[in-house]
Amino acid sequence: MTADGSGGAAVDDVVGRWSETDLGVDGHVLDVVTAPAEVLTTDGTKVDPSSPEVVQLAADLVATMRVSPGCVGLAAPQVGVGAKVFTVDVSAHPKTRSHHGTFVLCNAVVVESSRNEKAREGCMSVPDFTGDVKRASRLLVRGQLPGSGEDVEVAAEAFEARALQHEIDHCDGLLFLDRVAGAHAVHARKTYL
Amino acid sequence: MTLQAITVIGHDRPGIIAEATAALADLGLNLEDSTMTLLRGHFAMMLLCAGDVPSGRIEEALGSLTAGGSLDVAVREVPEEAQAEPVASSYVVTVHGADRPGIVSAVAAQVAAVGGNITDLTTRLAGGLYILGAEVDLPDGTDVESLESSLHATAERLGVGASLRRMESDEL
Repeated sequence: MTADGSGGAAVDDVVGRWSETDLGVDGHVLDVVTAPAEVLTTDGTKVDPSSPEVVQLAADLVATMRVSPGCVGLAAPQVGVGAKVFTVDVSAHPKTRSHHGTFVLCNAVVVESSRNEKAREGCMSVPDFTGDVKRASRLLVRGQLPGSGEDVEVAAEAFEARALQHEIDHCDGLLFLDRVAGAHAVHARKTYL
Repeated sequence: MTLQAITVIGHDRPGIIAEATAALADLGLNLEDSTMTLLRGHFAMMLLCAGDVPSGRIEEALGSLTAGGSLDVAVREVPEEAQAEPVASSYVVTVHGADRPGIVSAVAAQVAAVGGNITDLTTRLAGGLYILGAEVDLPDGTDVESLESSLHATAERLGVGASLRRMESDEL
């Protein structure tokens, strides 16, 4: 599946229908790790999406995202687990155009990206700073759903595309600080949620 | 433990930062916040470092920088400042247009008139084009539309363009 050329990105049905209840386990709220921390700067290991540990981790990530004000995504390294698993849910954000609701991806990689846009982002794991980062606003990501292990492709745009790139970066041991647009592109945070 | 403010200004050449920071590291000082840029080709650096070394001793250690006469170094002890309280709204002010005296003061006066605090400011002149970029914290309850109109009026009087935009950051 690819983004169509004219309007918004098409929403993948399997990912769009997915919800954390599909995992069949209750998620626990975990503590969020803040920089400096080695786990945040280490490339996460690939996971078996069907393993019980990964299913539990997926549920925990969703639960932790849900209780964090304004949080639209959370990656395993942010809860201290160096693994390629993250969750995203941008459905309530004003900058969102199309979206896939809540979902978790394992071993996700960016397949295609285009139309870079610069915006200032913040991160729960870097609470005192924000940074100006260019990200693709059109994106095709490939990964697996936790539990079923089904291979899926997510075509995302706008804010969902930005969130996906931010979380995939976390899984690869990168923070927005690694991508800022210049020496004066990191800012002391002015407002806290 | 004291906090020392160090400024280095003068003719730019490769190696100034390496030399200055090596001297500070040798004294066991810890660099905290710092900023450095080129202003019309002049090297300009300000840094705050913490340690147990008196200002005079630091100036001495940085003596080699000033030996050629092209760089000025100043060191003085400063008190710890409380971190600024988070504010509800931060804005970016940009101005650009033909250069003339008084642009910065006119814009800053409008910001000051509403109790706004400029937290970052850069101006550049290239050819005949003057640009100003500022980050501004506005107190709660500021009439932003009214500030915007007074900035536009000021800019019009000076023959330049001005904009006031809310600074947004997305939590991810």
